[in-house]
Amino acid sequence: MPNYRIHKTEYIDETKRVSFKYDGKTYFGYEGDTLASALLANGIHLVGRSFKYHRPRGIVSCGAEEPNAICQIGSKKDLTEPNVRATELELYEGLEASSQNCWPNVKFDIGGINNFISPLIPAGFYYKTFMWPKSFWKKVYEPLIRLSAGLGKSPTEPDPDIYDHKYVHYDVLVIGGGVSGIIAAKMAAKNNLKTLLVDDKKILGGSTIYQNNESIKIDDKLSSEWLKNEIQEIKKLSNLTIKTRTSIAAYHGYNFLLAKENLTDHLPEEKKKNKIRQRLWKIRAKKVVIATGSIERPLVFNNNDRPGILLSNSINKYLDYYGVTCGENIILFTNNDSAYETSISLHKKGIKNIIVDLRKSASSELIKQAESLGIKIYFNHVVTNTFGYRKINSLEIMRLSEDGNTTVGNKIRLSCDCLGMSGGWTPMVHMHTQSGGKLDFRDEDQVFLPKENSEDQISVGSCNGDFDLENIIDKTVNKINKFLDIDNQDYQDTNIICSKEYDKRNIWLLPNKIPLGKTKCFIDFQNDSTAKDIKLALKEGFRSIEHVKRYTTTGMATDQGKLSNMHALGIIADTAGVKMGTLGTTTFRPPFTPLTFGTLVGRNVGKFFEVVRKTSMHEWHVENNAEFENVGQWKRPWYYPKNGENMYDAVQRESKAARDSAGILDASTLGKIDIQGSDASEFLNRIYTNAWSKLAIGKCRYGLMLNEDGMVYDDGVTTRISENHYLMTTTTGGAANVLSKLEDYLQTEWPELDVYLTSVTDHYSTASICGPNSKKILNKLFPNLDLNDENFPHMSFKEDKIENINCRIMRISFTGELSYEINIESKYGHSLWKMCIEAGKEFNLTPYGTETMHLLRAEKGFIIVGQDTDGTMTPSDLQMDWIVSKKKYDFIGKRSLYRSDTMREDRKQLVGLLTDDPKEILEEGAQIVSNVKSKPIDMLGHVTSSYFSPNLNKSIALAVVRSGKTMKGQKLIIPMENKNINVTVSDTIFLDKENKRLNA
Amino acid sequence: MFLINCPFCGERDQSEFSSGGEAHIVRPKQPTELSDDEWAEYLFMRKNIKGIQFERWNHVHGCRKWFNVVRNTSNDKILSVYKMGEKPPVNYK
Ligand SMILES: [Zn+2]
Repeated sequence: MPNYRIHKTEYIDETKRVSFKYDGKTYFGYEGDTLASALLANGIHLVGRSFKYHRPRGIVSCGAEEPNAICQIGSKKDLTEPNVRATELELYEGLEASSQNCWPNVKFDIGGINNFISPLIPAGFYYKTFMWPKSFWKKVYEPLIRLSAGLGKSPTEPDPDIYDHKYVHYDVLVIGGGVSGIIAAKMAAKNNLKTLLVDDKKILGGSTIYQNNESIKIDDKLSSEWLKNEIQEIKKLSNLTIKTRTSIAAYHGYNFLLAKENLTDHLPEEKKKNKIRQRLWKIRAKKVVIATGSIERPLVFNNNDRPGILLSNSINKYLDYYGVTCGENIILFTNNDSAYETSISLHKKGIKNIIVDLRKSASSELIKQAESLGIKIYFNHVVTNTFGYRKINSLEIMRLSEDGNTTVGNKIRLSCDCLGMSGGWTPMVHMHTQSGGKLDFRDEDQVFLPKENSEDQISVGSCNGDFDLENIIDKTVNKINKFLDIDNQDYQDTNIICSKEYDKRNIWLLPNKIPLGKTKCFIDFQNDSTAKDIKLALKEGFRSIEHVKRYTTTGMATDQGKLSNMHALGIIADTAGVKMGTLGTTTFRPPFTPLTFGTLVGRNVGKFFEVVRKTSMHEWHVENNAEFENVGQWKRPWYYPKNGENMYDAVQRESKAARDSAGILDASTLGKIDIQGSDASEFLNRIYTNAWSKLAIGKCRYGLMLNEDGMVYDDGVTTRISENHYLMTTTTGGAANVLSKLEDYLQTEWPELDVYLTSVTDHYSTASICGPNSKKILNKLFPNLDLNDENFPHMSFKEDKIENINCRIMRISFTGELSYEINIESKYGHSLWKMCIEAGKEFNLTPYGTETMHLLRAEKGFIIVGQDTDGTMTPSDLQMDWIVSKKKYDFIGKRSLYRSDTMREDRKQLVGLLTDDPKEILEEGAQIVSNVKSKPIDMLGHVTSSYFSPNLNKSIALAVVRSGKTMKGQKLIIPMENKNINVTVSDTIFLDKENKRLNA
Repeated sequence: MFLINCPFCGERDQSEFSSGGEAHIVRPKQPTELSDDEWAEYLFMRKNIKGIQFERWNHVHGCRKWFNVVRNTSNDKILSVYKMGEKPPVNYK
């Protein structure tokens, strides 16, 4: 096996050998490696196939910008993870990774045929081609595209890992632990500011930490040595927290940032167990220092995507940090000085390399150094083509014309096994723009820079466009002193020597003799878009960068165009003949690198996903076999199946029992608001449609609450407990919103009212007993209570005790039966319920759930707000004009009831429906029409509630129908998938119109 | 994610608050005297300003008090916070 690990470095522990599997084969690396560096050490460059053309692709970079080396980690159904960048994944014993996007395997790939038919796959190909015929999309095109594309596979089972969230507050947050970040953090922390420094890598130091060029020195030391010393120093600072392996995912307003800390991704399987995998930090910082650095740009030339073609600086890092050389015969292709550092470093390790430089000449320290070492430099030359299928083996260069627009002279063919490219540097302005900052364009080296730094956010170092070390340190120190309003002198006498770059030559799309249409100059490696695609998009009329981006898919892959966006912009600007700065950029959106859902969700999974509210009686319901229904956050008994009953049978039995003898419902979840104060009556007058002033103490009244737009909002019964004390009930789901609405009016519109509101929903448990025998059961529970209809009539309230515990008893009914609600302090709810059940045994007291409750109230034509109403129903629409006071001058929503629209006669109105076949049960939500022949069919309304009534022995339904009020007796049709159901419009009250049962 | 300075509790995260739309819209004292258009103006019409906007906020997961906020919607900076019933700061009018 080849070994490209050519020297020892302090970051690789050669005593700790690590075995791992890549595409099923076992390899070895060392602790300290990333998957990418270990693969390169084994001579593996080819790591995948490109998305569209399935061209062989190799590792390009050494960081978050990597477009090609993305892999699938693991194979377990619950733990496998797609789209992991091999350049960021730290190697661990037992790691299993596989290349993505290359079925059946990376070396033989069926999709590779796309490469040969590529002239047929231009920009917008998918939009243009797979349009017709429409029927082909679902069955032919989509499966085909998915099979051949497939950017990784999602896990198919729940994630067993533990994730955590943490909220923190800091005076200063520094993002990025390179030279400028370290300086900023030190200055802040030494000035007594509580500081957090985060860096996504395992160790601090950025790219300076492995810098070893003699021409770059600080205080007479190698810059890397000087920096190590600084790191030692900041580690001693007590008010500085350093978090490595932590990357900022998003920068929101008001300096609220999300950071992902990786805790176990670098550990072997057995050490990951029972540990938190990742922690999402939710950071509030008074000030934020952005020191995120810059990334090297590729160059855009024909066949610039072969395995073995990397960014020049990445070749340098693999060599000096990981001890791995990317080749033995390397060519560096550059338009700036930084490739010379790589070249010199390679030369020192004995790796043969030559330089192809776009510039006509250059004369910095680094270039002199390279020349004196005898490194061959081709100035004013351009790479025009590369060769080699699975890996580059040679390339062609040509001389550039004076203006750089074309090539001249003869082709020179050079052999190589690796090509480094350096197209200059792109400052990572993502954080700055995510925070709302704007950008400026610097023509000199064609970079976007943070425009102005606000009072609470600043960019320093190379993300601010300062590239040489002297500039970086001087400017960082000055800016941080100003930004934090401090006067730190630590770096006053720091002596920095570094090479200065004087010459630049940027060409976004490099010239070639071959017509562009026949070249493959890749811009976005991951999404396979080329310079040709961009030009085609422009030709077809696209102008906005956002449109070109979507049409060509440039910058839309998982790397979000970290390497491609600048070239796309540059080529658009050149082609359209506009200045690049005027085009703007595409939007940089969070997250900076992909996040797992687990990290975002944290601990809020499984039973912690949402709050669950249970009544005091809950355990009894569970013991008695209840099926539950979620109502808001509440678990409510839905029905109580007996002896294997299905829901329908259980509900029929419960409903019949409630009307024949007695039923009991846990009504604890109804919202309860305690209203007190000398203006309580006036307040109720203003919020309900009916009048409240004359309600006697000890009486109850049903109320309908509207929105200011006149639409029904909530309903419920309110009881007058004493002169200035009411207890309001609301719907279960509406409780919180009703309270908020009432508080809003009290605080903002009527602050003069003396009213106090308290939510007491959880304070009381409620057992509601209904049916002809309910009075007898109540008599057993409260033997001293006078239940006589005259003394305790319908819609009234009494207080009594059960074994010394106070109870409030309301005689109110939602079923149409004689009915009592017993309220008791919640802690006694369970006991009360059991006592009721015991007392009711001889009367077949049957517990019933929400479904039976809905059925019973539908028989009586009582509405459920939210089921029979939908925010567009007025009281009149519900045929409830009787509840709207004509005398009251004002109440919430009153004026809206006289708007021309709410007074229309042809609004949808609540009606009853009876099916011609009494056994036929309608579907809730079904549409209602009068005629199925004339098309388009006129939709009149829909069914809102529908049941089979065991007490009437026929199907009943409530519905909203256009002009329904006037349609009583009229025939309508419910068209269903296989048949039309004939119905007749009826009254909304199906049972006991005379209310005899209430006093049975 | 805003940091909102509740006039009763101090600075808290936005997630503790709910927004209540435009501020200083007074419910008409005599709605029945209003024409449909006048009532609709109160009921439906809201400014949606790019720039300085007066808003109502409720510290719903805190003291539950309503209060007013002056916010520049173009950069989300909250310029002022004041209690219900207080006059908006003149310098932002
Ligand atoms: Zn508050």
